[in-house]
Order: sequence, then structure tokens, then C-alpha cells
Amino acid sequence: MNSRKANCLEESYDVLVVGAGHAGCEAALACARLGLNTIMFTVSVDSIALMPCNPNIGGSSKGHLVREIDALGGEMGKNIDKTFIQSKMLNASKGPAVHSLRAQADKKNYSQEMRNVLENTENLTIRQAEISELIVEDGRITGAKTYSGAIYNVKAVVLCTGTYLKARCIYGDVSNPTGPNGLQAANHLTDSLKSLGIEMFRFKTGTPARVDKRSIDFSKMEEQKGDERVVPFSFSTDPESVQKEQVSCWLTYTNSETHKIIMDNIDRSPLFSGAIEGTGPRYCPSIEDKVVKFSDKERHQVFIEPEGLYTNEMYLGGMSSSLPEDVQYAMYKTVPGLENVKIVRNAYAIEYDCINPRQLLPTLEFKKIKGLFSGGQFNGSSGYEEAAAQGLIAGINAALSVLGREQIIIDRSEGYIGVLIDDLVTKENHEPYRMMTSRAEYRLLLRQDNADLRLTEKGYKAGLISKKRYEAVQEKKNLINKEIERLKKTNVGANMEIQKFLERNNSTPLKTAASLAELVRRPELNYELIAEIDKERKPLPYDVKEQVNIEIKYEGYISRQLSQVQQFKRLENKKLDENFDYTMVPSLRKEAVQKLNLYKPLSIGQASRISGVSPADISVLLVFLEQQRRKREN
Amino acid sequence: MSGTDTIAAIATGITNSGIGIIRISGDLAISVAEKIFKPLKENKKISEVKSHTIHYGYIVDEENIIDEVLLSVMRSPNTYTREDIVEINCHGGITVVNKVLETVLKNGARPAQPGEFTKRAFLNGRIDLSQAEAVIDVINAKNEYALSSSLSQLRGSVSEKIKEIRDIILNNIAFIEAALDDPEHIEMNNYGFQLLDTVRDIKQRLNELIKSSENGRVIKEGIKTVILGKPNAGKSSFLNAILGEDRAIVTDIEGTTRDILEENVRIHGISLNIIDTAGIRNTDDVVEKIGVDKAKAMAKDADLIIYIVDTSRPFDSNDMEIIDFIKGRKCIILLNKTDLENGMNSEDLKILESIDKAYIVKISAKNQIGIDEFENKIKEMFFHGEVNFNDEVFITNARHRHSIAEALKSMEMVEQSIENNMPEDFFTIDLMNSYEALGSVIGEAVEDDLVDRIFSSFCMGK
Repeated sequence: MNSRKANCLEESYDVLVVGAGHAGCEAALACARLGLNTIMFTVSVDSIALMPCNPNIGGSSKGHLVREIDALGGEMGKNIDKTFIQSKMLNASKGPAVHSLRAQADKKNYSQEMRNVLENTENLTIRQAEISELIVEDGRITGAKTYSGAIYNVKAVVLCTGTYLKARCIYGDVSNPTGPNGLQAANHLTDSLKSLGIEMFRFKTGTPARVDKRSIDFSKMEEQKGDERVVPFSFSTDPESVQKEQVSCWLTYTNSETHKIIMDNIDRSPLFSGAIEGTGPRYCPSIEDKVVKFSDKERHQVFIEPEGLYTNEMYLGGMSSSLPEDVQYAMYKTVPGLENVKIVRNAYAIEYDCINPRQLLPTLEFKKIKGLFSGGQFNGSSGYEEAAAQGLIAGINAALSVLGREQIIIDRSEGYIGVLIDDLVTKENHEPYRMMTSRAEYRLLLRQDNADLRLTEKGYKAGLISKKRYEAVQEKKNLINKEIERLKKTNVGANMEIQKFLERNNSTPLKTAASLAELVRRPELNYELIAEIDKERKPLPYDVKEQVNIEIKYEGYISRQLSQVQQFKRLENKKLDENFDYTMVPSLRKEAVQKLNLYKPLSIGQASRISGVSPADISVLLVFLEQQRRKREN
Repeated sequence: MSGTDTIAAIATGITNSGIGIIRISGDLAISVAEKIFKPLKENKKISEVKSHTIHYGYIVDEENIIDEVLLSVMRSPNTYTREDIVEINCHGGITVVNKVLETVLKNGARPAQPGEFTKRAFLNGRIDLSQAEAVIDVINAKNEYALSSSLSQLRGSVSEKIKEIRDIILNNIAFIEAALDDPEHIEMNNYGFQLLDTVRDIKQRLNELIKSSENGRVIKEGIKTVILGKPNAGKSSFLNAILGEDRAIVTDIEGTTRDILEENVRIHGISLNIIDTAGIRNTDDVVEKIGVDKAKAMAKDADLIIYIVDTSRPFDSNDMEIIDFIKGRKCIILLNKTDLENGMNSEDLKILESIDKAYIVKISAKNQIGIDEFENKIKEMFFHGEVNFNDEVFITNARHRHSIAEALKSMEMVEQSIENNMPEDFFTIDLMNSYEALGSVIGEAVEDDLVDRIFSSFCMGK
């Protein structure tokens, strides 16, 4: 400490958060709310909680993440409930596990509301400056430096740099060294990270053009309205408060002419010319990617979405691109309704530095640097919701580590957040990672409707959920269980009234007495329907009834997944030492030793998910560990 | 130790005489036994008998009696694995032992993984610490054997069929998942209706696989026996002589048997899995070269080699190559064509006689002379324990059959879900289980198959 220059700004905080995007906001709020003196850095205070790409929150599996963030005490769900302008429950006609909320946000309002929350949170300081260097002593973070030379002595750092590290925005042969939206990139931190031995990746993503609403002919498009009854994201939002007038999105299509323009100019795309080196995500390809890879598809959808109520700008969902601006203009104009379109902002691809996330523990702390945490696109993910989820966990754990308390891990059977983080830190990841419901093996248990039942207790124990809210969830659980029990125990006989009821509902008549639960289970019936023949039913809140219906109706599937979870937990509970050297295990195959030493899993379960580690390796490992245990005992 | 699933395997080496023991270990061991054991004394209940007692009765599959057995019940913790263990002593005979194992598996146990009994015994504190290394070796060795036997002996057509089925399943999962993930770009209405035909077709294919596995097994069981000899030494004639039918193409043109022929024969009740290879000779013919290379590879991990010598011709470089190759391996040398005039040099026989561990039998494949003597030799070697084969092959087979049956069960669940009008996302749960079960047969883990298939087959949004 003495060696440092005296003539510079020097301050001390508990936790320092780098970045004020969706991950940074959750991280900073979590730390401040847990009582830690927190400082958050951003290159632009006006860009807090910026949505630089699509103007919506949620969507398939992402909606689940937002619900889980909310149950743990995060902010994203509350903020979108305050600022949405249209909302839909996707897959409503499918099973409850894949229902997903998605809301269009008023971008400016979303950003402003989040800023309000941050600015009114105790213990939280917001600072506009670029962090350029981390200070690490003996494998532990002790501080960070800004580009201007100011020194911040801290106990923990959370890195949420998003797409800003050495960012470059590209279209055609134009390449701007900026972050999204022309914001200043962070050009110095990468070198500091590399000098600390952190392995970096370079990823790429892209965004479509924003166009002037007045130049669009909506009569040539299909209107996409929001749901009549809006369901809020946050479990603490009053459902009545979100019933309001909504704005529409619009659907149109590309055509052969669009595709011809793209193919004629494909050599001018930086993606195909090789000017872009970063790895892009397969799930959100640029329009030129789609046309090249799926050449047999005659048309692609284009969703025209409002950026907010404050502006005329509209987002051209489905047409992200890095083609030169003259080609962008030409191809957009071939789309019905966009013949006279005026572009406000060009589409572009963006390249940025991020880390290989296998360097992280499932707590999102760096394995090699104590007190250093990270979340969001910096960890190689993509999407606002994925970022917020990690930011929250990284923030909570940074705080818990400073407080000397046990950190939290959400496992794959507890939430999508668990799947997300486990996939990132355990599996090889070669593109920006996006959440998908198919990645969750226990998805029937991880529904968006029961995120509160699954995770509120964790949030409460961490200290982000109030006692009142926790007790309300406990009470809800109680009501659900009691009601399920009652339905299982209540039998109805094959009397006239019942038979008539069944007949009216196209259900087979009873031969002998049956429980009400058995009736709920019938495909053509449900909990609401059988109210008529359920004489002792007492009024229950809507969300309790919903759970009762789902739990009974899908009991067979649910109990199968529960027994799989039991198997899973057995391996998760066999802990491994993160400092263990696997070359010590005789007869473990070479490949397994290498992989295990690289990943340093925290449990046998995690080890078993590493690609290249076979079931036989796991057996060998188990036997070896038992041998060590007995040796210690003797 | 409670909370572990119940495993079963054949505990004795496979022989065709004496008794075979099937061991069941785990929480359900006793209840599985109770389901399939019919005690002689009608009112005896296996779940209520004393620990470490032996009971006489029958193993029944539904109503059919499979074998008369002695059944030992050993309750936790004083057992090999420290779990509940039931051992079924059957009358032996490969077929019976297998059938009993199958019945056990049908009633709630799963096939043990390679070395799993030993692993459990160790993890539950039954095996001494000093033996830990040996335990690891057992696991590694058994696993390696299971892997190699599983992959090398999986009949080509089986693995092709399974790959095909898996591909269809994965395509369907990918479509459903893509549509669920991106409902606004990919439409999916009443997909169950469409899927139903596919599901029924797959069910039928899996049923056929199971049926064929009951006859021929999924993988070939038996003493892996490879026939070697220079071209036209009479390998195929010999095979026909012991099979009693014209399976191999027999001509006088050298190099007719280009493909590898596999046949399962029973000799005095001993199962031999005989592989007829292309004649070993230096060849420029590309197709034949492949056959020759394969023959050498096969012979490398054979349990027994049968070297057929053409006594009507003197040794050539091909013979010398074979002799080099068989040194140190279990081998029967057949001096064939004794019906013709001897054309060998006097030195040649001496070379053969000097080979260690090799038995020499004179035959005439064409006239079926000496075949009895050959068969007696096999019997003798088997009962003296000079040749045997690893029981892992049997348990691997059981594992495969079990997996295919699991896959079938999952497809039945899909069918049921469709018929019950369940939403599409429920289909993929069981489709995925089926996909995984089939993957374990051909040794393919799931990893990122689904996500890759989704992105390669469907144009996702944004």
C-alpha cells in the first residue's frame, strides 16, 4: 500500500461492481441491499439498464429466469412490470412447464425506472468511470483502478462488462471501436485480466436496424396484440396493477427479392469476408446467415416492435445484419410495408471480449482469484435475462463472501438459473450461451408458475426477501398441500349427479367410487371444472388453485422427474475439493485427469457432466475418494 | 446403505456345466426375488425368511417355470455389498442362467455396470482398504472389456438400426423443442397426430430388435473363435462341415471369402462364436486387403484361434506369417485335406509341433473326417478351463436388451401421452428418455445433440 502514489484519489468500499447493465444492476442492488458499502461503475450513467438490442424482456425460458430472479429478491421482474407496453404468455396452449411470459418494454422508461431504484438504494454509489485494472494480492482481489488513476480498495469485485470489452461495431467495411449504440468501449481491462492469467474468448452478436414508424405501412402487416389479461412477472406485483392499454407489434415477411439482394451482396458482408473474428450465436443469426443456411426457406418472419412510447423508432426483429448500409436499405425496402422505410440507426454486428467461463465456480467466483466474481455477457452468455440472473447470483455471493457467510449455489434441479450457471461453468461453450427450456432436464419441476415456491426460501436465507414475503410463500405451500391431500381423500360415488356431470363434460361415467384427484387427472377435466361436484371446497387464491391443478394433473410425470432428481442430488451431494489434484488418482484415464484438473468440479455430479469424463472414471474416482476418507479416519 | 437402486448380474463365470449364480443387490433385492420365486412350500414368504437362509423352489416368469433353483437370502449389512443380497443358484446352462437374469431384470432390478458389485462392496466398507487399487483395476478391466465387447460384437445391423431410430427420434424432439422455444417463428399444431404414426413405427422396430435379440442376442455371445489360414486352405469348407450347411462361399478360386463371416455354433453345449476371415496373404486387391487387415485385427482379441493348414501344399510366406501371429495364443491347428496327398515339407510339421500351447488335429473338411476329434478337443479345453470367455459379454447383452426395452417403454409413454391429448412438451420428455436409452446401447452419450440438431435443422428467430 505504501508504494502507491499519494496524489491520486483513493477510496474504500466493500464491493465494487463494474458495469451497470442488467447484470451489473442486479449485482449492485444485491450487495447494497445486503448492507454492504457498494460502488458501481459505468462508462455512462445515462445508459444504466440499457436495452441495446431487442425491446423485450422474457420469452421462452427467459421468462422463467425473470421469475426466478424475482423469487430470489432481484429487480428485473418488478422493473418490467412497471414499464411494459405489451405482454404475452407464450405457449399458453402447451404444458405448464413451457408457458413463458414475454413483455415489450418501453426502453427509456425501463432504464429510467431502474436508475431510480439504484439511486434510491442505500449503501449504493454510482460512478461514471472506466475501470482499467484489477489489483490482486496473493490470489485475492484487493482493489481496482480507474483509467484516470483513482484507486478503490475493496473486498470483492463483480465484473459485469457486457459487450463493452474491446468492443467493435461492424457493418460492411465500417468498423467502429465502440460499445453498443456508439457508447464508449472499455479498452483497458482485458489486458489487466490477461496478465492475471484469465483466459479470454472473443464473441460476436448483432442487432437489426431501428426505423421510423412514420415510414412504415402497417396495412400490409399482421397486427400482433398483447394478451387480454396480463400476468405480471413479479410475484409481488398486484395483478390488477398491470391491466392497462397495450401497444401492438406487427408481423411481415421477407421474400425472394430480399434474399436475392442479400445473396448478390454476400461478399460485402464482414461475416463472410472474414473481417469478423468473434463467434456468433446460432440461435439469433443475422438475416444473411438465415438466407445462406436455410436457402430452401422462401420467407422469414420480421417482427416490427416499438422501442417505447417516447419514440417513433421501431425494431426490425428477425433482420439483424452486418451488411453495408446501402444493402441494408435495399433489402429492408423489399419487405411488404417497408417499401418507403427510413432507417434511424443501422443494423450492426458487435464483437467483444469475454471469458472462458470454466474458470468460475458455480458461485460465479473465479477459482483462482478469491473475491473476484462475474456475471452476464462477460461470462459468455447472451440476453438480458441470462445476464441479470448471473449478476444477481454473483452479487449475492460477493456480498456473502465479504460477510463471511456461506455462498449460495442453485443446482440444476432447483432452477433455470442453476442450469444456466452449471452449463456455463461445466460445459464447453463456444458461442454466446442462451437459455432454452430443452436445456433443463427437470423442466416439469422448474415451471415459471412455481418459481416462488422453489426459490423464495433461498432468497430469504440470503437476506434479499422479507420475512413477510417468505412466510406468505410458506403459507401458500401449506394451502396447496392441504388441498391436494383433501382431493385425494375425498371420494365421490357413482351417483346420478356425478354421472350427469361427467356426461356433460364428455367424460366416461364412473363404475365405482373415485377420488376427486382422479377426476382432475382426466384429460377433459380440471380442478376448476369439478368445483360443481366438490361440495366441501373452500375458496382459495387463484395461484394456489393453479398449483393444485398442475400438481395433480401431471403427478405421474412430476413424480418421475422427482425420482430422477433424487438420483441427481445423490451425486451433487458428494463434494469434491476444488484444490484437488487429479493426477493423484491412480488408474484414472489421462483424458479424465486433464479435464478434471481443468474444471476442478465441486461435486461428483458436476464432474460427471464434464465432457470427456466417463461413468467408469466416476466409479474410479468414487473408490479413490472412499479410500482417502478411510485413510484419514485410520 | 439405503437409497441405492437394485442391480443384478451373473456372478459365476459362464460354463455349461454345474451351477450358475445370479446375484441381486440393493434395496429391492428381496422384493424382486419374491416376485419371481415360487417356493416349494406354498406359504413361505421370501420377504419374511431369516437372513442367510437357503430356499428351494422355482423361478417363474409370469406362469412359466424357468428353472428349479436354490435361493439364498442375505440381509444387509452382513453381505458382500453390505446391501440386501439374493443369490439364485440355477441349474446352469447358458440359456437358463440368461433367462433367469432376464426375469430378474424385468421385475425391478437393472443390469449391473462393469465392476459395480465390487465397487459397492468397497464403497460400503466391505472390502479392505488395502484392496482399493485392485477394486479400481477390476472396474477398469471390466469396463474396458464391456466396451470393447459391446462395440466390436454389436452386430452391424443392430447398430445401424439403432442409429436410424435415434435419428428419427432426435428430429422429432428437435422440431418440438424448436417450436416451443420460438413459438412465433415455428408453428406446431396437433403435432401429436402426426407423431403418432412415427411413434408406432418406432415401437414396431424396437419390438423387432428385442425379438431378434432373444434369438440371436444383441451382441454375439460365446468363445470368440477366429479361423485363420492361407487362401484356399479350406476354411470355409471347415466352417460348413461344423455348421452342416453351405454358409460360406466355397470355390477353388483363392480369396473368395472376402467378407468376415460370423457364425454361432454349439459344440457339446459350448457356445462358439466363429469368425471366418479372408485368407491371409499379401494382396494388392484393395477390397481383399481390407478383409485381410480385419482378419488380423479380429484374431488379435480372439479367445481361440483355429489355424487351418493345407497339407497338400508346402508352407509359403503366408503360413509363416500366420505362425508368427499365433505364437503365444490359444490355438488349435487343423491339418486339413488329409484326403489328398501330403504336399508339405518335412520341416513344416516340425515347425507346427514346436508351437507352444497349440493342439494339432488332422481333418478332412471335405469328407467330414476328424471333425469329432476337433469337437472333443474344444470340449476338453473348455472344461479344463483353457479357454473361456468373460461373463461381461452376457451382462453387456442383458444391459443392451434392458436399454432397448426401456426405450420401448418410453415410446409407449409417448403414445399414451398423445392419445391422452397431452401438450407436445410432454412428448419430448419420454422421447428423450428413449433416445438416451438407445444411445447407451451403441455407446453414444447425449451431450449437445439436441441443441445442435435444433440449430442445424430449424431457423431460429430474432
